[in-house]
Amino acid sequence: MQLSENTGAAPSPEPKAYRLRLYVAGKTPKSILAFTNLKQICEEHLQGRYEIEIIDLLENPQLAQGDQILALPTLVRRLPEPIKKIIGDLSNKERVLVGLDLQERR
Amino acid sequence: MDDVMQQQETELALLSNHAHALPKSRTGIRGLDEITLGGLPQGRPTLVCGGPGSGKTLLGLTFLVNGALHFGEPGVLMTFEENAEEVTSDVASLGFDLPDLIAAHKLAVDYVRVERSEIEETGEYDLEGLFVRLDYAIRLVGAKRVVLDTIESLFAGLKDDGVLRAELRRLFRWLKDRGVTTVITGERGEGLLTKQGLEEYVSDAVILLDHRVHDQVSTRRLRVVKYRGSYHGTNEYPFLIDEAGISVLPVSSMALAHDAPLDRISAGIPHLDGMLGGKGFYRGSTVLVSGAAGTGKTSLAAHFLDASCRRGERCLCFLFEESPQQLLRNMRSIGVDLEPWVTAGLLQFHADRPSRYGLETHLSTMHQVVADFKPAVTVLDPVTNLMTVGTFADVQAMLTRMIDHLKTENITAVLTSLTPGQTEVERTETSISSLMDTWIVLANDDLGGHHRRGLYVLKSRGMAHSNELREFVLTDHGLDIAANGGSSRTPPGNGRATPEGRDRHAAL
Repeated sequence: MQLSENTGAAPSPEPKAYRLRLYVAGKTPKSILAFTNLKQICEEHLQGRYEIEIIDLLENPQLAQGDQILALPTLVRRLPEPIKKIIGDLSNKERVLVGLDLQERR
Repeated sequence: MDDVMQQQETELALLSNHAHALPKSRTGIRGLDEITLGGLPQGRPTLVCGGPGSGKTLLGLTFLVNGALHFGEPGVLMTFEENAEEVTSDVASLGFDLPDLIAAHKLAVDYVRVERSEIEETGEYDLEGLFVRLDYAIRLVGAKRVVLDTIESLFAGLKDDGVLRAELRRLFRWLKDRGVTTVITGERGEGLLTKQGLEEYVSDAVILLDHRVHDQVSTRRLRVVKYRGSYHGTNEYPFLIDEAGISVLPVSSMALAHDAPLDRISAGIPHLDGMLGGKGFYRGSTVLVSGAAGTGKTSLAAHFLDASCRRGERCLCFLFEESPQQLLRNMRSIGVDLEPWVTAGLLQFHADRPSRYGLETHLSTMHQVVADFKPAVTVLDPVTNLMTVGTFADVQAMLTRMIDHLKTENITAVLTSLTPGQTEVERTETSISSLMDTWIVLANDDLGGHHRRGLYVLKSRGMAHSNELREFVLTDHGLDIAANGGSSRTPPGNGRATPEGRDRHAAL
């Protein structure tokens, strides 16, 4: 599994509408599952309009405070605003879509 | 209430004899380290629970700040309810400079904010992020102490109780493995020590804080509910929050380490000095003057104030009944004019209605006034009025603490005590008598239509004192004690009540 997808400085011709950040702590089964689920959902619903940044808190623990990360994995939608947080392995696709404002809450 | 005191003394004596088997982490909170025989269990979690405003956060912060400043143990505060700025301003009034400690890398503060409405939960998760943050903060300052305040807030922020409980259990074990001494605060719950039953996970030590309000008077208490592997005081101890932070009042903090000055000062009445081995009170001693209404307690105290001012000593007089104006007028009528001393700034009155606030506030106010005025002599008139704001045990603890402080400062204190009715000595007096170095009893007698007053020295430590009952009169030139022991053979009331009383107290 690749834990880097469009991370950091790679200049994109136009800014992506959806900037997502996935916080994990090492390559645990939960974090791998979360990434797989996220990738799949994005490809299905946001093709070409998203970028995913993976932050491994084991390497960068100082980043946890800024986004108020507590539970892991946590997906943070940094753009579009407002910031949204979705915690868990993202296996409930419907709730992920609701969390990303891609689907009405039923 | 002597029982309570004796019980506490016995308990604390027992405690201090016990070997310090378990390593302890000192809180630096006066009294608490004594009750716990040295502090909190080192490297283990302690649960501090209590209702809102009971002082949980303050206790935790004091533990951290003292650790960082005095015991070379940096700390981490993880706060779940207030952000760093709020915490900082909360404790700034106590002289805690958190930004300074943070800059010096002696303290790290992490504010954990969880807002349920902003979080969508989907699938499995754990709280590893919390562990990462705590670990980071601990490493940042090399923390030996951690405070989690109040981690139960997480229950409001996350839906999955099961995960949360499992993770808290893991967290407390993790903290133990890290060897950090942790204080976990918890909100008091219905029928439980904490709302979420945290006591189930923290089994090493549990401290309960209580803040009761009776008749609009507040009293704070602290109790060590549990302390695994260590003896500890099990009583409820009154505790105090004032400008100096938290302190607990174990009776034993009567450290017995006071200097015992040998110089003597006049009681202000020559014949009374005569009864006290010819030289008056010991400086820095504590004198109880007890008697029924109108027996001349305040007059006696006024003489002492007058004499002290004449020596150029600063005098502080706490009034719990009269106003300063009333007292000045009444004393002028017996020829003791204290007004010039007030004008000269040598004598200061501090009048307070006892019911105005709780005992701990009275105590802290008195501490403050004493610290500001720096008196050589202090009068409390009458201490019995404080009984209206607390139980005997509370008042006793408070007076113990006050007297302890006055002795430490080498301030001579006269406390007057109103004895209800004609019974000479009430439990009020016996409850505080053991704290007193000298006890003077005043008695009234109206038999035969002739009003007579008598006075005797019930006890006076460290001096040969008179045992006679002397008759005295209040004249327009002061309190005048009969010159010799002549009247002692015929005490007021033809010896009806008084000698019995004296026999009764011979054992005291």
